[in-house]
Amino acid sequence: MTQTNVVDTPQATVAGGADKPHVLVELDHVEKHFGALHVLKDINLKVNKGEVLVIVGPSGSGKSTMCRTINRLETIDSGDIRIDGQSLPQEGKALAQLRAEVGMVFQSFNLFANKTILDNVTLAPIKVRKRNKVEAEREAMDLLDRVGVASQANKMPSQLSGGQQQRVAIARALAMHPKVMLFDEPTSALDPEMVNEVLDVMVELAHEGMTMLCVTHEMGFARKAADRIVFMADGQILEQDTPDAFFEHPKTERAKDFLSKILTH
Amino acid sequence: MQVFVELFQKYDILGAFLVNIELTLWAALISAVLGVILVMMRISPITSLRKVAGAYVELFKNMPLTIIMVFMVLGVFAQLKVSFSDNFNTNFFWLAVVGLSLYTAAFVCESLRSGINTVPLGQAEAGRALGLNFFQSATLIILPQAFRGSVAPLGNTLIALLKNSTVAAAASVATETSSLMSEMIEFRPDVIIQIFLIFAIGYVILIIPIGVLTTFLSNKLAVRR
Repeated sequence: MTQTNVVDTPQATVAGGADKPHVLVELDHVEKHFGALHVLKDINLKVNKGEVLVIVGPSGSGKSTMCRTINRLETIDSGDIRIDGQSLPQEGKALAQLRAEVGMVFQSFNLFANKTILDNVTLAPIKVRKRNKVEAEREAMDLLDRVGVASQANKMPSQLSGGQQQRVAIARALAMHPKVMLFDEPTSALDPEMVNEVLDVMVELAHEGMTMLCVTHEMGFARKAADRIVFMADGQILEQDTPDAFFEHPKTERAKDFLSKILTH
Repeated sequence: MQVFVELFQKYDILGAFLVNIELTLWAALISAVLGVILVMMRISPITSLRKVAGAYVELFKNMPLTIIMVFMVLGVFAQLKVSFSDNFNTNFFWLAVVGLSLYTAAFVCESLRSGINTVPLGQAEAGRALGLNFFQSATLIILPQAFRGSVAPLGNTLIALLKNSTVAAAASVATETSSLMSEMIEFRPDVIIQIFLIFAIGYVILIIPIGVLTTFLSNKLAVRR
């Protein structure tokens, strides 16, 4: 590896990010098969610091798989994935370290069922970042307050509604101060009336300058918060454009077809 | 009734049960530790560890306990000269504990593994995504939930262990219940039915509370999702 990432601390990049875009996540000719199924075909994608990417496409198009390859929850067959210039390491300490820099929010929340809400948020900062407990708890309470569930801090995950659980999951990821946040269909498992409370938190996060990759079916959110829409179908990225351009003037037939199906109701 | 009083006065029946309880408690403790290590190996990302643990479980799960116990005395002690104490009784007691532990560990491992299967994959993924390493994920998230999900099979394993402790007779532990029962039958063949009843009911009295407690804990500790 010959990347010059010696001074690549987050602080150093904020100042220099104005003229030359700072690429945080980069997928380079990524290929993946599930047995005979070719799920990712030559995926090339760059996400700049502070950018909000929304990935849309029909189900089975590889959106979630792509999202999960970025912190190596799914391995890839060939190609390269770089986070802040650093290639994804193999399993082990270096990978754990890198994952700590990448926040992930799952469709099914995945809050630790044996831990309280507060412990869910403080666990990784204490165990991975070796923060002291009092400090970690103070910050966790701030984060829980920000996502509006501070009053639930001492409850168990199963006592919360889906929307509340998902907001806790976002707070849990943020507690690690990630460089980038991945959202894998964060609202798909929610009752309709809870979707907005989660999207509101995500929109706020986007406005604060967090780098985000969101796989979602929420087109309203995509229009409101995305800097760029990535359209995927059959394991390929077919279009990348601004929300206005994509929704008003899709270029490919596949995208036109997809949009016509979701926007008619 | 007279016969029972007589038998209890002549033979140390309660003492014999105590030996089995002691065997069970020590073996439960050691097999619990071994079982946890085995199950962690079985779910670890390292292939060779998984294979070793898998082979161990298959081997001990499918081997008759009597053979293990006899091997402990004739193989480990007599041939390999491994001894725990110069006192014969103490030595055989610990040989039996080791034999029981090695055997039961395989079942503890399987019980815990059934508990691990109740923990959704997403729990481990969330741990990994936050940067926890395998050991942290296993000890902080997966195993605590797996343990609470495997109370019932672990209870059954404990019940089986208590009953299996009578096989310690095969490891020359002369003071435990089945040895004592044989001795009593030898000297009082006229009251065989009563002797049987004493030991049968004795075990039932010991085991029913374990079953009740297991069911209670299994419900109380169940992980709410």
